[in-house]
Amino acid sequence: MPVNPATPGVAAAPSAGSSPVAHHTITLTVNGTQRRMEVAPWTTLLDLLREQMELTGTKKGCDHGQCGACTVLVNGQRINSCLALAVSKDGAEVVTVEGLAMDGTLHPVQAAFIEQDAFQCGYCTPGQICSAVGLLKEGHARNADEIRELMSGNICRCGAYPNIVAAIEQAMQQAGGSAR
Amino acid sequence: MPNNETHFGAPRSRVDGRLKVTGAAKYAGEFIAPDLAHGYVVSGAIAKGRIAAIDTAEAEKVPGVLRIFTHRNRPTTAWLNRSYRDAVAPPGAPFRPLYDENIVYSGQPVALVVAESFEAARDAAALVRVTYESAPHETNLRNRLAEAYVPPKERAGIDPPPNPRGDAGAAYAAAPAKVESGYHVAPEHHNPMEPHASTVVWEGDGKLIIHDKIQGAQNTHDYVTSVFSLPQKDVRVLSPFVGGAFGSGLRPQYQLFLAVMASLELKRSVRVVLTRDQMFTFGYRPDTIQTLALGANPDGRLQAIRHEAIAGTSPFEDYQEVVVNWSGLAYHCDNVDLKYRLAKIDTYTPLDMRAPGAPLGMFALESGMDELAHALKLDPLELRLRNYAEMDQNTGKQFSSKELRAAYQLGAERFGWARRNPAPRSMREGHELIGWGMATGVWEAGMQQASARATLTADGRLEVATATADIGTGTYTILTQIGADAFGLRMEDVTARIGDSSLPASPIEGGSWTAASAGSAVQAACYAVRETLFRYARRMENSPLANADSDHVLFAEGRIALLNDPSRFVTIADAMRAGGVDRIEQEETTAPDKGALSRFSPYTHAAVFVEVRVDEELGAVRVTRVVDAIAAGRIINPKTARSQIIGGVVFGLGMALTEESMLDHRLGRFMNHNLAEYHVPANADIREIDVLFVEEDENRTNPLGVKGLGEIGIVGTAAAVANAVFHATGKRIRELPITIDKLLD
Repeated sequence: MPVNPATPGVAAAPSAGSSPVAHHTITLTVNGTQRRMEVAPWTTLLDLLREQMELTGTKKGCDHGQCGACTVLVNGQRINSCLALAVSKDGAEVVTVEGLAMDGTLHPVQAAFIEQDAFQCGYCTPGQICSAVGLLKEGHARNADEIRELMSGNICRCGAYPNIVAAIEQAMQQAGGSAR
Repeated sequence: MPNNETHFGAPRSRVDGRLKVTGAAKYAGEFIAPDLAHGYVVSGAIAKGRIAAIDTAEAEKVPGVLRIFTHRNRPTTAWLNRSYRDAVAPPGAPFRPLYDENIVYSGQPVALVVAESFEAARDAAALVRVTYESAPHETNLRNRLAEAYVPPKERAGIDPPPNPRGDAGAAYAAAPAKVESGYHVAPEHHNPMEPHASTVVWEGDGKLIIHDKIQGAQNTHDYVTSVFSLPQKDVRVLSPFVGGAFGSGLRPQYQLFLAVMASLELKRSVRVVLTRDQMFTFGYRPDTIQTLALGANPDGRLQAIRHEAIAGTSPFEDYQEVVVNWSGLAYHCDNVDLKYRLAKIDTYTPLDMRAPGAPLGMFALESGMDELAHALKLDPLELRLRNYAEMDQNTGKQFSSKELRAAYQLGAERFGWARRNPAPRSMREGHELIGWGMATGVWEAGMQQASARATLTADGRLEVATATADIGTGTYTILTQIGADAFGLRMEDVTARIGDSSLPASPIEGGSWTAASAGSAVQAACYAVRETLFRYARRMENSPLANADSDHVLFAEGRIALLNDPSRFVTIADAMRAGGVDRIEQEETTAPDKGALSRFSPYTHAAVFVEVRVDEELGAVRVTRVVDAIAAGRIINPKTARSQIIGGVVFGLGMALTEESMLDHRLGRFMNHNLAEYHVPANADIREIDVLFVEEDENRTNPLGVKGLGEIGIVGTAAAVANAVFHATGKRIRELPITIDKLLD
């Protein structure tokens, strides 16, 4: 896995400077690497990833669970990481967009997004891709209409939706599922 | 020299695609620096008045807080208004964050809390106590119509309405067929997915590297050096990736000012990221109230057009955009009277939003044309063909090119328009009424002066560089294509560098002019390098090209070869050796041809066809099919071009059906300031969007023959939806968005 080992200095740094608030020690497996982290009770999984672990591939679009830009896979399920407190995910396995490619080979969903031009500015893209990976795993989407419905938690202001649907159909076909 | 066109016109995947799908592309709020401090903005709670007191004592006790900036302790910045005026500022006095105790709009920043962590800054920001003295405010444009005025100073680049031609009043009175109505499109917010952010890296000794969300790094650079009186060379602005903007990143926004101010004061790196709520506390698509009257002969020929708009602007700036002028050039008509005025309301200054003005004015015009067609029992497309404009009557110039007829035809064929039953409510399936509507789109095809640098190295690699931006438009990719074609290289041999204020000057990425402007400059720089290299190749000992002139050679596969005998060639490496160099670097500047522009009007056109299904009992509208046929000159990259149009159409569908920034006039505030209540289209709202590009030979206004695609996709879309809704339901909705309540009314 293309993952950096934990940097002790970063991992141990309390998130609020000289805050006297008790920090909690949690263990997370992020993109295949297990890390022990000190986190403040109010730190979201999203801020932990972006600010403390420098995994900025996961985006903050609204911080309210309304746009889906922060979607990551926790124990294989897609969630809005802005709505999850990091302390509540102790022991979880987290996969972010940085952890999808294997040894430099893109995940089929990533490759399909490029081929179908399923993004423009790219800001919602990591969330779309993680959400699509979760969707494929769920196995509920059988056609384009169901993809549209089940991907509606991920907003794309550039309006790449038709291409996002095409990319997911392509990845679904490669995985042997049916999309239409 | 003949040009290789391997890549120009071919569907190429984005060159920055891999960075974007792996999370490696970094946006403004994602750059780090040692000792980075985090700023959190405290937003004001009233629309007008003054800050009577501001108590930061509790907030300062929060562990990790470094400094709380307010109007009382802000550092001194430039004195004159002109120092705050950025490249696209309208006339007026630009807003100055934390300037004094006065509140001029709701949501105005009143403090910046800077702390060691984001959470500490946010926590402390909630503890800043502000006491206000309110003054009466007015945010309802309808209450200010009586005070509407013609802006005394024109905004640069925005044409005021042309002088009236003919006698529209008399012609309207005499016209046998007439329609006259009022139209309104709700204010909208840009809502790019990336909130506005600035990371200011303190390099020591007053030197700054600024990562800003901006559609032109040099606009930020010039604003910051001017406002904070910094030497030009001490500030470098980088914005390699911009997470959407749609106009919101044309002007430097207040988080930039605050982050720079804090960094200079604290002498350390500072990041300020706005919340989604705060994305509703600066520019927006202005509230615009329109009236349109069309008079026609029984055969549909337009005899009179009167179109008037009154748009809201802020107390401090006269924002202007082109709303009504389209009505003077979209169709042939000899009696035209267009008026555009402003009225001040107590909000922030409006801000260019995708095709500023055009989808508003064209909503009125194209709804009116549909009404006229219905009144005259004419096919809406036929009515438009009968009034086809062969020249731009606003200026008396010929169009530089205009293949709108072909767009109408191809679009109609693809859509199946000929099968349309003209009667409203004539198509139905189950509980859904089906309607077909169409509209014309028009947008300017501009070009601006731009400079670019091309650097070719002996290993056959090329770098092209200019300070423009890629806000998702595909700029990296098309500049790579243009560079690769100049030398017959592969895409992977070329690197495009943009989004850096230190690169050759380029205008902000806006107005759909980037492909024509930055693209032409890149091509010119590549051609200059090519000429130099060819000179070296010719003077090489025993050069097979010694007697060739530049018209008879072709660059391909790392070689310069004779056109008629490709086996005779000189490699790039050999030519460089002959010239005694290992790299050739040249900078060129291109500008629009003023002579051509004095004779020709460059415009992009679209023909949009839309199918809607309206649930008769629930009033819910679904857009099930869109065909958008575009005449936009040559298409550099059909893949990214199609995405641009799809994106514009989706924006238009949002305008038509869901998007509405709602002001509570009692509070003077936009209330639905989040993505749950401000409805941008979601995936399930969007079905088939079919994009066609018609052949259009544009050889007059820029060397590439392109016209730009970022905006044309939105222009006619909302009108086409409203026309389709009329066809489905028999209800003419003249106030966007078309929400359920308006259809069940």
